[in-house]
Amino acid sequence: MKSLSRLMAVMRKEVRQLRRDRLTFAMIFGMPLMQILLFGYAINMDVRNLTTAVADESNTHLSREFIASLEQTQVTNIRYRVNTAAELEELMRGGDISVGVAIPKDFDRRVIDDNRAAVHILVDGSDPTTGSIVDALRNMPLAFDTTPKQKKRDQIEVRPYYNPERRTPINVIPGLMGVILTMTMMLFTAVAIVRERERGNLELLINTPVSSAELMIGKVVPYIAIGLVQLALIVWAGDLLFDVPVRGSIIDLYIAASLFIAANLGLGLFISTAVKTQFQAMQMTFFLLLPSILLSGFVFPFDGMPIVAQYLGEAIPITHFIRLTRGIMLRDAGLGDMPGAIIYLGTFTLVVITAAALRFSKRLD
Amino acid sequence: MNEKLAIRARGLTKDFGDLRAVDQLDLDVPRASIYGFLGPNGSGKSTTIRLLCGLLTPTAGGANVLGVEVPKDSRLLKPNIGYMTQKFSLFGDMTVVENLQFISEIYSYPKSQRTARVNELLEKYDLTQQRDQFAGTMSGGQKQRLALACAVLHKPELLLLDEPTSAVDPQSRRDFWANLFRLAEAGTTILISTHYMDEAERCHRLAILDHGVKVADGTPRDLQNNTGMTIIEVLANDPYRAQAIIDDIPVVASVTQLGIRLRILIPDAVGDALNLVTDALASKNVQAEVHTADATLEDVFVAMTMKPEQRAA
Repeated sequence: MKSLSRLMAVMRKEVRQLRRDRLTFAMIFGMPLMQILLFGYAINMDVRNLTTAVADESNTHLSREFIASLEQTQVTNIRYRVNTAAELEELMRGGDISVGVAIPKDFDRRVIDDNRAAVHILVDGSDPTTGSIVDALRNMPLAFDTTPKQKKRDQIEVRPYYNPERRTPINVIPGLMGVILTMTMMLFTAVAIVRERERGNLELLINTPVSSAELMIGKVVPYIAIGLVQLALIVWAGDLLFDVPVRGSIIDLYIAASLFIAANLGLGLFISTAVKTQFQAMQMTFFLLLPSILLSGFVFPFDGMPIVAQYLGEAIPITHFIRLTRGIMLRDAGLGDMPGAIIYLGTFTLVVITAAALRFSKRLD
Repeated sequence: MNEKLAIRARGLTKDFGDLRAVDQLDLDVPRASIYGFLGPNGSGKSTTIRLLCGLLTPTAGGANVLGVEVPKDSRLLKPNIGYMTQKFSLFGDMTVVENLQFISEIYSYPKSQRTARVNELLEKYDLTQQRDQFAGTMSGGQKQRLALACAVLHKPELLLLDEPTSAVDPQSRRDFWANLFRLAEAGTTILISTHYMDEAERCHRLAILDHGVKVADGTPRDLQNNTGMTIIEVLANDPYRAQAIIDDIPVVASVTQLGIRLRILIPDAVGDALNLVTDALASKNVQAEVHTADATLEDVFVAMTMKPEQRAA
């Protein structure tokens, strides 16, 4: 009873201080919104409007028709017209174009010759999205018919399930939830306890009847609420701006998020017991944040990573959370469909919180 | 446990790596009195206070504080002690009244009386005007009054004050001491560390600490009467020359210049210290007025913290 009222007192104090810390308060809500806008609008993996130069050495009716249809696809944006293939290479080296189209003199003949390529296309391989560029160019619906050949039906038909239009925000936003929650939750808790130590508040508090558990829980609970509010904000903005659906149960999503938030808060608490200053706490947080972004499957496909990186990725909670959010939001999966991720998050939380509580003692030595 | 003692420590020792911060400290602090720790920075005052409230674990020895064994049961001690840190440790981004309320909540002060108690303290410690001011924006004296109000809110039996007056002006210090006497009279035991002589003089009892060792303890008067030194004061027109001459007398334990006066400590064992100094000055034709004086606490401090061979002459 006394313990509960002390816990409430610590929580009330924490919320009051948080409300007065305008910058932190603004961060809590500003950061998710800013990142959604950034990732949703600026990062677009769709390949369009590639800067292109054309060297038409043939200059026949057929080649001009080919160029016209190339322009219509909108995959390329023809900026330069040059005379030789060598000039294309020069433009590409200078970074002026991403794609160069070389039409040889004997274009008309080549078109009807099955053994020789009619057109050479140069692609800037220093661009990380080369792969998608090549794909996009291959699939250009070019409508120049000479000897109308019946196109052979594809042997393999690929159907992108859950995101048929292949829109980037749909892939990005469920993962972005994990990144935003990791960043804010870990940082705020890591800093929260160290700040009290730096300001001397801790020396006063540990001389009162408040126990370490009351102090820690009292500090963490308000942030769980904040994390859930952030989640709601992301779901809402994702739906409003980018039509990102929540196909599964929203309750499942909140349960998964609560577990993930607890894991990050635990990690934050653990950091705060291991460092001496707020600055160190921030450094540690960023040290852990980078692998969270890179190894979690948020940016790079998890299956494509080297095996060691995959093991590292498996060790961090965000990897499992991203699997959960993608599953629940896009694939209409339930928590029961992904028991591994839930078990991992639960275990991780228990371990870090226990470690943090053991390291944090009510003593100064 | 002696009913009359609030603190009884035996052989209290604390090492930080190779440094011995507190060395074999024995301590008896009577209840309802003000007990002072006097010593320079780094003499182990803060460490001792932290050991006594269980914030640090002693390397050896232990203490009985208010009938509780420290460090074993120091958890039980928390509700009965008030602690004031050297540095202001309340929440600067909360108002005065919010800080007091928070303290009343974590000490589980009876709910129905909380508001009344907070108002009473605001009144008593002259903080009614600052009631809604953020604690971080107050002056040194106001912060100190708030810290004391928070430390005594739950009416602790023992108050531990770690250099509480290091950041306040003389008037605030006087008011602060008036408050301490009022608390002691009401039965609170107060342990206070300081490096101000005038504050040490106000304590009921004192312990002088030097490099973690208790070199003397007793009432200020006892300490002054038992320095084992004869104090000679010299008023000279040329104090620098006089000091040089007196420094050359082998038995002189210490010479301190205070303006145009020199304060000289000579071990009692030497005998007839007055003539020794007068003759030395006369032989070098230095005009000076020489007389004996009563020991001040500063003299006690100088005498007690000097090396044993100096003291023995």
